[in-house]
Amino acid sequence: MARPRFLLPDLVARKQQTPATPRRFDRLSAVPGNKSRFVIAIMLFIGVYAVIGARLVTWGTVPNERITAFRAADQIMASRPDLVDRNGQVLATDIKVASLFAEPKKIVDANEASELLLSVLPDLEPKWLYDNLSSDAGFLWLRRELTPSQQQAILDLGVPGIGFRTEKKRFYPGGPTAGFVTGHVNVDNQGIAGMEKYLDDQGYLALQNSGLAIDAEMEPVALSIDLRVQHILRDELAAAMTRYRSIAAGGVVLDVKTGEVIAMTSLPDYDPNDPKQALEKDRMNRTSAGLFEMGSTFKAFTSAMALDSGEANLQSRFDASKPIYIGGHRISDFHGKHRVLTLEEVFIYSSNIGSAKEAEIVGIQGHQDFLTRMGLLTKLPTELPEVATPTQPKEWKQVNSITISYGHGVSTTPLQTAVAAAALVNGGVWIPPTFMPRGEDDAMVLAKQVVSPKTSADMRHLFRLNVEDQRGSGNYAEIDGYGVGGKTGTANKVENGRYSNTKKFNAFLSAFPMDDPRYVVLVFIDEPKPEPGKYYATAGMNAAPTVGNVIRRAAALLKVKPDLGPTGETLLVSY
Amino acid sequence: MSESGSKIVKVSDWWRGLDHWLVGAFLMLLVGGAVLSFAASPPVAERIGLQPFHFVERHLFFLIPSALVLFATSLLTPRGVRRAAIIILAASLVLMVLTLFIGSEIKGARRWLDFGLMNIQPSEFMKPAFVVVCAFFFAENARRTEIPGNLCALVLLLITVALLVAQPDLGQTMLVAATWGGLFFMAGMPWLWIAVLAAIGLVGAFFAYEVFDHVASRIDRFFTGEGDNYQTDTAREAILNGGWLGQGPGEGTVKRLLPDSHTDFAFAVIAEEFGIITCMILALLFAFIVMRGLSVALAQRDPFVRLSISGLVFVFGLQSIINMAVNLQLLPAKGMTLPFISYGGSSMIAISISAGFVLALTRRRPENRSYTDRLMERTALVHGV
Repeated sequence: MARPRFLLPDLVARKQQTPATPRRFDRLSAVPGNKSRFVIAIMLFIGVYAVIGARLVTWGTVPNERITAFRAADQIMASRPDLVDRNGQVLATDIKVASLFAEPKKIVDANEASELLLSVLPDLEPKWLYDNLSSDAGFLWLRRELTPSQQQAILDLGVPGIGFRTEKKRFYPGGPTAGFVTGHVNVDNQGIAGMEKYLDDQGYLALQNSGLAIDAEMEPVALSIDLRVQHILRDELAAAMTRYRSIAAGGVVLDVKTGEVIAMTSLPDYDPNDPKQALEKDRMNRTSAGLFEMGSTFKAFTSAMALDSGEANLQSRFDASKPIYIGGHRISDFHGKHRVLTLEEVFIYSSNIGSAKEAEIVGIQGHQDFLTRMGLLTKLPTELPEVATPTQPKEWKQVNSITISYGHGVSTTPLQTAVAAAALVNGGVWIPPTFMPRGEDDAMVLAKQVVSPKTSADMRHLFRLNVEDQRGSGNYAEIDGYGVGGKTGTANKVENGRYSNTKKFNAFLSAFPMDDPRYVVLVFIDEPKPEPGKYYATAGMNAAPTVGNVIRRAAALLKVKPDLGPTGETLLVSY
Repeated sequence: MSESGSKIVKVSDWWRGLDHWLVGAFLMLLVGGAVLSFAASPPVAERIGLQPFHFVERHLFFLIPSALVLFATSLLTPRGVRRAAIIILAASLVLMVLTLFIGSEIKGARRWLDFGLMNIQPSEFMKPAFVVVCAFFFAENARRTEIPGNLCALVLLLITVALLVAQPDLGQTMLVAATWGGLFFMAGMPWLWIAVLAAIGLVGAFFAYEVFDHVASRIDRFFTGEGDNYQTDTAREAILNGGWLGQGPGEGTVKRLLPDSHTDFAFAVIAEEFGIITCMILALLFAFIVMRGLSVALAQRDPFVRLSISGLVFVFGLQSIINMAVNLQLLPAKGMTLPFISYGGSSMIAISISAGFVLALTRRRPENRSYTDRLMERTALVHGV
C-alpha cells in the first residue's frame, strides 16, 4: 500500500502530541456504523410532518360552514313586490328589520348571555334559551323581526356570540282592512295566504329561489281592490255585527262589467301583520272559503231560470195557495199570501211555494244545468287560494230541486253567489271574478252568455221592485238616487242535522244602479239577533240596511252618479 | 484552541462555528412566538380576569432571559454542555422531588415550585439535561466498559419517570421515555433490545391506560369521538374558521372559547388568525430544525455530540409533533407545549437551553475538521482500532 508511507509520521506525531488524552483516540475511532439509524429517524420525522401537513391541507379545503349559513340567510333578504290597490294605495310593502341570531358554539357564558337577553326579551322561554345557547349548534334564530329599540338594547348588552341579520319584513299598513285579500307571508317572506300566495304560485317564488329577485326593486302589483270601499265595507260590517250581535258577517262588492272584486271581507278577520291570528278559530274568510245555504237569495236564480226558459214571464202565475207536501216534508211560505202569485209577487214576497213551482217548469235536470251554468255548483275559478268547493246533492231528486229553488240543499260561497248575481243583472254574461285590475274588453273575452239579455232586464226590474215597492222585502236598502235593487235571504242554519228555528244566515244580494248596474253588493250576517225593540231578525231587517249603508257611503267614491229625477231639486240631505 | 483548555470559546470563533441555518430557525421561532402570542394569549387573560395583555407582556418579558440563556449555552463546548447538563439534571431532579412535597397543586398535579416571583416547573429544565446526560451514558457504553453506560441510562430513566409519574405528568413521561428510546435506537443498539424495549413501552402505555382514568377516557374519546371533546372540537372549529389565510390579527372569534388557547392550543389560534399557510410554515420550521439537527449530528465524529444533538432535536420534534397532532385531532388530547410558541416561562427558558445546547454541539469545532482528525480517521482505516 502506498498511503501508510505518508501517514505514518503524522500518526506518530499525533501520538506524541496527545499522550494525556488517550480517550480521544478511542472516542473518535468508535464511530458506530449507524448511519442507517439516522436515515430511519429522518424518514420517520419526515413522514409524521407530512401527515401533519396533509391534515392542514385537508382542513384548509373543508368548505366553510359559516359561508353556507350566510348564503341561506341572503335568500331571506329577497324582496317582494308591493301590493297596491286599484288607486295605488299601498296594501303591503317590505320594510327592513333586524333579526336576532345566536351562534351557540361561540357563546362563552350561556348563563350570562341568556340572563342578559331575557332582560330585553322577557317573553323568551328561559329554559329554552339557556339550553340552546349552551348547546354547540352553529346557528340559531332567537327572535325574528325585532323593533329598532329592542335591537339597540341588545347591542348595548354587548353579549358575544349573537348577531343581527337584516331581513325584509312584510308590512300591511292597513292592518286587518284587506287582510283576507292580501293574505300574508310567513317569517321567511314567502306568501302563504291570499294574493301573496297567488304571487308566489305564479312563479315569483321560483324567481326568488333562483336568486334573481334578490334586493331588486320590483314593480308594485296592483289589485282590483279599492281600499276606500274595502274600508267602508269592513266598517259597516263591523257595525252590523255589533248592532245585530251576530257571530260573523261578510260582504263583497263586485264590478258587474269586469268581474273585478272591489272589496271583500269577512269578520272576524285578522291582522296580516300578526299572522298567527289567522289560525284562531272563526277567523276564516267566510266570503270565499265559507259554504252556506244561501236561502231566499237563491230565488233570484230560480226566477231567472224560469224567465230564461221562455216558459214564463213576469206576469206568469204560480199557485201558492197551498203548501207542498213531498217526501214527508211540508213546504210553506213565511209571508204566506195563500193565493196565486205572479212571478213578480213570488219574488218580492219571497214565496217558497212559488219558487218550487218556478223550478218545476225547467225540470230537475234543467235546474241542475242552469245552476252549473251560473257557476254555483263548481269551484269558483279565481286567483285567491282560499276558495271552497260548493256542495250539492249526489243525486238530484224532486225534493232537492224544490228545496234548492229557495236556497236550501246547495251550499255555495257568498262570493260565487255574488258573481252569479252579476250575470243576472249585467245583460246575462257570467264573468270569472278577479282580484287583479281588468278592463271591460278583457272581461268580455272571458265572459259566457248564461241568460238572455231579456231575462237580465227582467231580473233588474225584479231586484229594483223588491227594494222600491212597499211590499218588497228589501226596502231598508233603498238609497235615494242610486236605484238599489236586491233580494233578501233568511236561511235557517243546519244544526245537528236539523234546520234550526233560531239560528239564521241572513244575506242581501243587491246591485246598483238598477237601470245600468255597475256593482253587485252582497252582505251576509251570520246568526243575527233582533235589534233592541224589534222582534224579527230577518235579512230585510239587518243585511238589507247594511248594504244600504255601504252603498250610501261608497257609491260616490265608485263614481256612480245619483239620479235624483228630472226635477233637479236641491238635495237637502247629505250622505 | 482546543476544548481541553477551556469550556468557553472566543466569540468570533463562536459565531463562525455556529450552524447558521439552525440559528436562523431558532430565532424565527423565538420572534414568531412573541408575535403570535398577541393572538393566543389575550382571550385567556381576559377570561381569568387579568389585563388582556398580561400573558403577552410576560411572554415578551421572558424573551430577554431566553435569548440570554440561548446565547450563553451556545458558547459552551461539548464538555461544558455535559457538565452543565449534569448540574442542571441534578438540580432538577432534586427540585422535582421537592415539588412532590411543597409544590403548588394545579389541576390535580404537582409540577410547579413557587419561588415567589415566578413558578418554576423543574421537569421542563430536566428534559434537555436528561437527554444530554443519557447521550453521555450511551456514548460511554459504546466506548468503555468500566462505566456501565446503558445501565446508568436505564437507572436515570427509571428515576426520572418515577418522579414524573408521581406528579403526575404523563405527557412528559411519554416524551422522556420516547426520547430515551430514540437515543437508544440512535446509539446503534441491537434490534433485539429495541424490540424488547418497545414491548416494555407498550406494556407501560397499556398500564397507564388501565391505571389512570383520565388517560383512558381521553383515549376512548379520541377513538370513539363520543364524550366531551370540547377542546379539540373547538380547536378544529378555530382552524376551519381561519381557512388558508386566517381571519386576521385579533379577528379570531373561536379562540375565545379555547380554554388553553395560549399554551396547548396556540396552534389552532394561530390558524384562526393567521391561516393554515402560516401553520404550515410553522410546521415546516420545526421539521427543518429536526432534519438539520439530525443531518448535522450524523456528520459528527464524537458519539456523545452526535447522540446529544439527536436527542435534543428529538425532544423538540416530538413536542412539536404531539402538540400539532393534538390540535389537528390526529392524537388524543395531551397537554404538550409547542416549543417557543406556547406561553410558559419555564418552558421557554428550558427550550432556550435545549436550543443553546444544540447550537453549542453543532458548532464546527477544530477537532471535527482538523488535519489531525482526518489523519486519525485514515489511521483507523489502515490499522484498525
